[in-house]
Amino acid sequence: MNKDALPRWIDIGLLPLINLLAALIVSGIIIAIIGENPFVAMGVMLKGAFVYKGALGYTLFYTTNFIFTGLAVAVAFHAMLFNIGGEGQAMIGGLGVGLVCIALDSLLPPFLVVVLAIAAAALFGAVWGVIPGWLQARRGSHIVITTIMFNFIAASVMVWLLAGMLMAPGQMSPETRSFAEGVGLPQIHDVLNAMGFSVAKSPLNFSFVVALLASFGVWVLIWRTRLGYVIRATGHSERAAIYAGHNPAYIIMIAMAISGGLAGLMSLNEILGVQERVILNFTSGYGFTGIAVALMGRNHPVGILFASLLFGALYQGGAELDFEFQTITREMVLMIQGLIILFSGALAYLFAPLVARIYFRLKVPSGGGDG
Amino acid sequence: MHKKTLSDTGGADTAPPAIYLKNIYKSFGAVQANKDIDLHVSAGTIHGIVGENGAGKSTLVSILYGFYTADRGKTEIFGAPVVLRSTADAIAAGIGMVHQHFMLVPNFSVLENIILGHEGSSSLQAGLEKATKELQNIADKYGLQVDLHALVQDLPVGLQQRVEILKALYRGARVLILDEPTGVLTPQETKQLFEILRSLRAQGVTILLITHKLKEIMAVTDNVSVMRGGEMVAHLETQKTSPEQLAELMVGRPVLLTVGYDSAEAGDICLQVEHLSMRDDSGKSCLQDISFSVRRGEIFGIAGVSGNGQSELLEVLAGISALDAGRVVIGTTEISADNPATPAEVKELGLAHIPEDRHAMGLILPFTAAETAMLGYEERGAVSGRSPFLSPDKITRHCAKLMTDFDIRPADPNLKSNLFSGGNQQKIVVAREISAHPDILLVGQPTRGVDIGAIEFIHKQLLALRDAGCAIILVSVELDEILNLSDRIMVMNAGQNMGILVREDADVQKIGLMMAGLENTGNIATSLASEKKGGKHE
Amino acid sequence: MADLWIQFLLTLDATLRVAIPLILCAMAGLFSERSGIIDISLEGKMLMAAFAAGTLAALTGSAIAGLVGAILVSVMFSLIHGFACITHKGNQVISGLAINILASGLTVTLGIAIFAKGGQTPMLSREARFSSIELPFAEAAGAIPFIGPIYKEIISGHNILVWCALIAVWLTGFVIFKTAFGLRLRAVGEKPEAVDTAGISVSGLRYRAVIIAGILCGIAGAYLSIAHGAGFVREMTAGKGYIALAALIFGNWRPVPALAACLMFGFLDAVAARLQGVEVPVIGQIPTDLILVLPYVLTVVLLAGFIGKATPPRAIGRPYVKER
Repeated sequence: MNKDALPRWIDIGLLPLINLLAALIVSGIIIAIIGENPFVAMGVMLKGAFVYKGALGYTLFYTTNFIFTGLAVAVAFHAMLFNIGGEGQAMIGGLGVGLVCIALDSLLPPFLVVVLAIAAAALFGAVWGVIPGWLQARRGSHIVITTIMFNFIAASVMVWLLAGMLMAPGQMSPETRSFAEGVGLPQIHDVLNAMGFSVAKSPLNFSFVVALLASFGVWVLIWRTRLGYVIRATGHSERAAIYAGHNPAYIIMIAMAISGGLAGLMSLNEILGVQERVILNFTSGYGFTGIAVALMGRNHPVGILFASLLFGALYQGGAELDFEFQTITREMVLMIQGLIILFSGALAYLFAPLVARIYFRLKVPSGGGDG
Repeated sequence: MHKKTLSDTGGADTAPPAIYLKNIYKSFGAVQANKDIDLHVSAGTIHGIVGENGAGKSTLVSILYGFYTADRGKTEIFGAPVVLRSTADAIAAGIGMVHQHFMLVPNFSVLENIILGHEGSSSLQAGLEKATKELQNIADKYGLQVDLHALVQDLPVGLQQRVEILKALYRGARVLILDEPTGVLTPQETKQLFEILRSLRAQGVTILLITHKLKEIMAVTDNVSVMRGGEMVAHLETQKTSPEQLAELMVGRPVLLTVGYDSAEAGDICLQVEHLSMRDDSGKSCLQDISFSVRRGEIFGIAGVSGNGQSELLEVLAGISALDAGRVVIGTTEISADNPATPAEVKELGLAHIPEDRHAMGLILPFTAAETAMLGYEERGAVSGRSPFLSPDKITRHCAKLMTDFDIRPADPNLKSNLFSGGNQQKIVVAREISAHPDILLVGQPTRGVDIGAIEFIHKQLLALRDAGCAIILVSVELDEILNLSDRIMVMNAGQNMGILVREDADVQKIGLMMAGLENTGNIATSLASEKKGGKHE
Repeated sequence: MADLWIQFLLTLDATLRVAIPLILCAMAGLFSERSGIIDISLEGKMLMAAFAAGTLAALTGSAIAGLVGAILVSVMFSLIHGFACITHKGNQVISGLAINILASGLTVTLGIAIFAKGGQTPMLSREARFSSIELPFAEAAGAIPFIGPIYKEIISGHNILVWCALIAVWLTGFVIFKTAFGLRLRAVGEKPEAVDTAGISVSGLRYRAVIIAGILCGIAGAYLSIAHGAGFVREMTAGKGYIALAALIFGNWRPVPALAACLMFGFLDAVAARLQGVEVPVIGQIPTDLILVLPYVLTVVLLAGFIGKATPPRAIGRPYVKER
C-alpha cells in the first residue's frame, strides 16, 4: 500500500532518480575497483556527450534510437506485453527500408522513395511484432520467449540475405549496395547551417524529428484516445476488457503492431540517416536498451525522452572513454545499462519503503492513508 | 449427541483452553485490523467466530496460523504460551487450518498433497509408504475416506475439502480452523461437513469455525464470538443466543435480515432462453438444455452451489462466451451458435451486466474511479461519444455524478479503484451499469465481500430497478439473497436446470435438494410459473 | 562406407561437445523454473562463469580454481536474481535481462582491466584446463571395425565436465521426482500457497532452486572457457543460454526430454558446422545459417502448439505474495 499512498512526484520523479543514482554508484564502485577514478570517468563522459564540438549532435543521434525503441517497449507494456523483440523488429524494419530503396531508387524521385522507405520501416517492424502478438493472442505462446526467438531468427535472416542475394556485387562484406544519390534523410546540421546557424557536423538527422513526433503521438494514443484506453484496460485485466466488449486478441495484435512499427522506425536513423545502405548488426543492441529506457521513463513518453537523452549521453560519452583511458571502454556503458535495468526495473521499489518512511515522518499531520 | 467430550467431562474449568488469546493487536499501516482481541476456546468444542467482511476475522485467523505475527498480545495453546512467528510454529503447536481457497497442488495426488512439507524422510518413496499406513488409520478413525492416489484436480470440491482436513490431521492438528468452509458446498454437503466436525469433536479435536453465515453458527457451534470493526464485541453460548441478536452485534445496530419485498407486476417477456447448451474449453459440458424466460419487472433468481453452471450461463447471456446449441432471444434478436453475439452487441440490445468477479472483470484496479466508471461505455455520449479521442473532463464529470447519485465514498473520481472499500467498489460497478438504463440487467454475486450497509443499498437499488420495469437475472450463492429478492427462482445443478419455483413455493429444504441434484421439480414448476405469470399479465 | 561411418560418429561426438553447456544450462533452468522463477539469465550467468573460470585459471594455473571461481560467480548472480525476484518480488524477466546485459558489459570491462587483451583472457596451458580423459584401450578398441570407433570417438576422450553434465541430468531427475525436496520444489512452482501453509518457506525453497541453477550455469561456463575452449573470448556464450531455455521448454520442463532437445539442437549445430561451405549436388551450397536458426524456429512452432504442447509450471513468473 505504501506505493499507492506516496504522492505522484515521488513515485514517478524521485524514485527513478534514486534508482538511477544507485546504478551509478555501483558502477562507480566497479570503476574504482578497476583502479580508475569514477569521477574523472564521469567527467570524461559528460564532456564527450555534451561539451566537445559536435558532441551534442552525436548524443541526440543516439537519443533518437532510444526514443524509438523505448516507445516501442512502452506501448507494448501498456498492454502488459513484454516486447523483448525490439532488436529484431528494428532489423527487419531496416530490411524494409533497404528493399524499398534498392527496388525503387532508380525508378522514383528520391523524395518519394524516402517516404515509402519510412512507411516500409514501420510496416516491416509492425509485421515482425504482430507475429509474436498473434502467437500470444491466438495460440497462447509466451510473448517473451517468442520475441527472444524472433530476435535470433531476424538476425539469421539478415545474415542470410545480406551475405546472399542482397549482397552488393563485387563486395566481400555482408551489406547491400549504397542507395542512389539523394535517397537519405536530411542532416540536421545541413538544415541548420542553411538557416544561418553554425553547427558542427554530426550524424543527427531528420529521424530525430520523427522520433519527437512519435513521442507526442504515443502520448495522445495512450492517454487521450479510446484505443489507448482499451489497450491499457486490456493490459491490466484481459477479462475486464472482454466484459467491456473488447477483443483482447485484436488489441494485443494492434499493440504489438504499433510497438513493432516504432521499433522498425529506429532503422531510419541508422540506415536512411547515416549508412544509406543496409549493413549487418546496425541495431547494436539498441532494441534491448529500449527496455531500460522504457523502465526508467515509466512507460511515459516524457519520461522516455529524458531516459533516451541519458542513454544517448552514456553511449556518446562512453565512446569517449575509449580515447581517454587504457582500462575502461565503451562496454562500460553496457554494464551501467544492465545495472540501470536491474535497479529501475527488477528492483524498482527497493527504496520505496525507505522513502515512504522518511516522507511520512516529515509529513506527519496531513499525510497518511485514509484507512 | 454428546455435546461435552473427554476433557470437558472432567470439569471444563480445570482443563486448559485449546486457544487462549489476550490483548491481541495487529495493524497494517494506518489500518487497525485487530484491536485488543480476547478469545477463549475450550478444548473439544466447536467455537464459531462471526463478523462482517473486514471485521478482522481473517486477520485473527492468520495470526493464529502464523501467517502474521501479532503486534502485541499473548497466545496460549492448551495452556502453553506460544509465539507463532510462522506457519511452521502454528503446525508445531498443533493448529491446522482449512482455508477458504484450498491450498492443494492440483496436479499432485491426494497423498502427495497431504505429506507435502511433512514427508518424514528425504526419500520421497519411503515417505509416501509410511504416510499411506498412517493415513489409513486417521481415515478410519474419523470416517474420512478419500482415494489417496487420485489427482486432486479430478476430485469434486467436497472431497478436496476432506483432503484439506485429512492434511491438517496428518500434521498433528488438535485444533482445526475452518475459514468459510461452506461457500462452495451444497446444503447437503454442508450437512455432511457438520457431521464430520461433530465426529472430530467427539474424538477430542477442537474446532474454530469462521463464517459470516449465522445459520451455520446456530447449527453446529457450542460457543460463538462476534467481531466487529477489528474488535471482539461478544462471547456467547450458542444455545442462549439468536440469529437476530448475532446480526445486531455484528453490525452494531438492529438490522432487518430481509429487505422489504413487495411483489410486482411482471410485464412482457423480454429474454428467452431455449435449450441452451455449452461446453467449456476442455470440451466438458457445463450447460445442458437450459430453458427459461424472463419478463420485464421481475427478478429472476438463479440458485445453486458455486460452480454448477451459473457463471457460465451469465457469461453466455452477456455475450462473453459462445453457446453451442439452443438459442437466446433478447427482444427480437436471436443469438445462437450460428449467430453469436459479442458483449458489445448484447449491450446494444439494452443489456447491462454486474459481473460476479468484480476484481477481475467489473473494475480495473489500477485505473482511477473515473476510468473504471466508463468501462464498457467508452462510446456512450456521457463519455466520449463516437470520437476516437477522449475528453478527461467529461469522464471525470460522468464519474462525479455517479458518485453523488449512488453515495460512493470517498467521492473522488481521481482516486485509484483499488483504494475504495469492497462495498464502494461494488457501488461503482452497480452505478455504472444501472445508469446505462438497461432493459435487462444481469447480476452476479452482487454482495460478495460487501459490508451489510452496502448490501442493503444494493438490494434496494435492484428492487427499485425492477419496479421501474427492468428484467433482472440474479445469480448468487447466498441462498438468503436469492430468496429475499427473487420473484421466481431457477435452481441449477451440474449445468442443468433443476426446476423453476415461484417465490411462494420456494423454501430452503426444497431448493437445497434441487441444488444437490436430488430432486427435479422442473417441469411442473415451470409450467405452473408460466401459467401463473401469464395469467397475471392478461 | 567406413569413412562415412566415422564421419557420422565424429558428428555425434561434436554434437555431444556442443550440447554439454546446453544440457547444464537446461538443468539449471529446470530447477529455477520448476520452483516458479523464470530464468532467462542462464546466458548471463554462464558468460560470467566462463569469464571467471578463464581468468582464475589463467591467474592461478589451476583448472579447479577456475571451476570453483566460475561456480561462485554464477551463484552470486543467481543470488542477485533471487534478491530481485524473490525478496523484492520484481519482474523476473526484467531481472534476467538485466543480468544478461550486465554480464556482457562486465566481462569485457573486467577482462580489459585485468589482461588488456580486448576482453579476452590469455590462452591457457594444458594444466590450467580440464583435459580429455582417454578411456582405457580406446586406441586398441578403435581398430575393431564398426563398433570400435563408437567407443573411441564418442565415449572416450571427453573431459570430466562432460561426465558432470550427464550425471547432472540423472541427478536432476532424481532430486526433482524422487526426493522430498523435489516434491516441495515442484509444489512451489505449481501452488506456492500450498507450500507456505504447510509451514515451509517459499522464499527459502526458491532461493535454493536458483542457487542450484547458479552452480550448474557455473559448470557450463567453466566448460566453455577452460574445458572445451582454452580461454575466455568475449560473448563466447553466443546465445547458448537462450537455446538451453528453448530446449527446456521443448522438453516440457522434464530432465530427459530436455536432454534430448539439447542433443537435437547440438546435432543441428554440429551438422551446420560440418556442412559449412559444402556444395551439395542439386541444392548447391547449403544455407547453414538456416540450419542454425532451426532451434529458434522449432521452439516458436512448439510454443504455438503446432507440435505438441508445452505446459509450464502454473505459478511461473508470479512473485509470491501472501494473501491477507
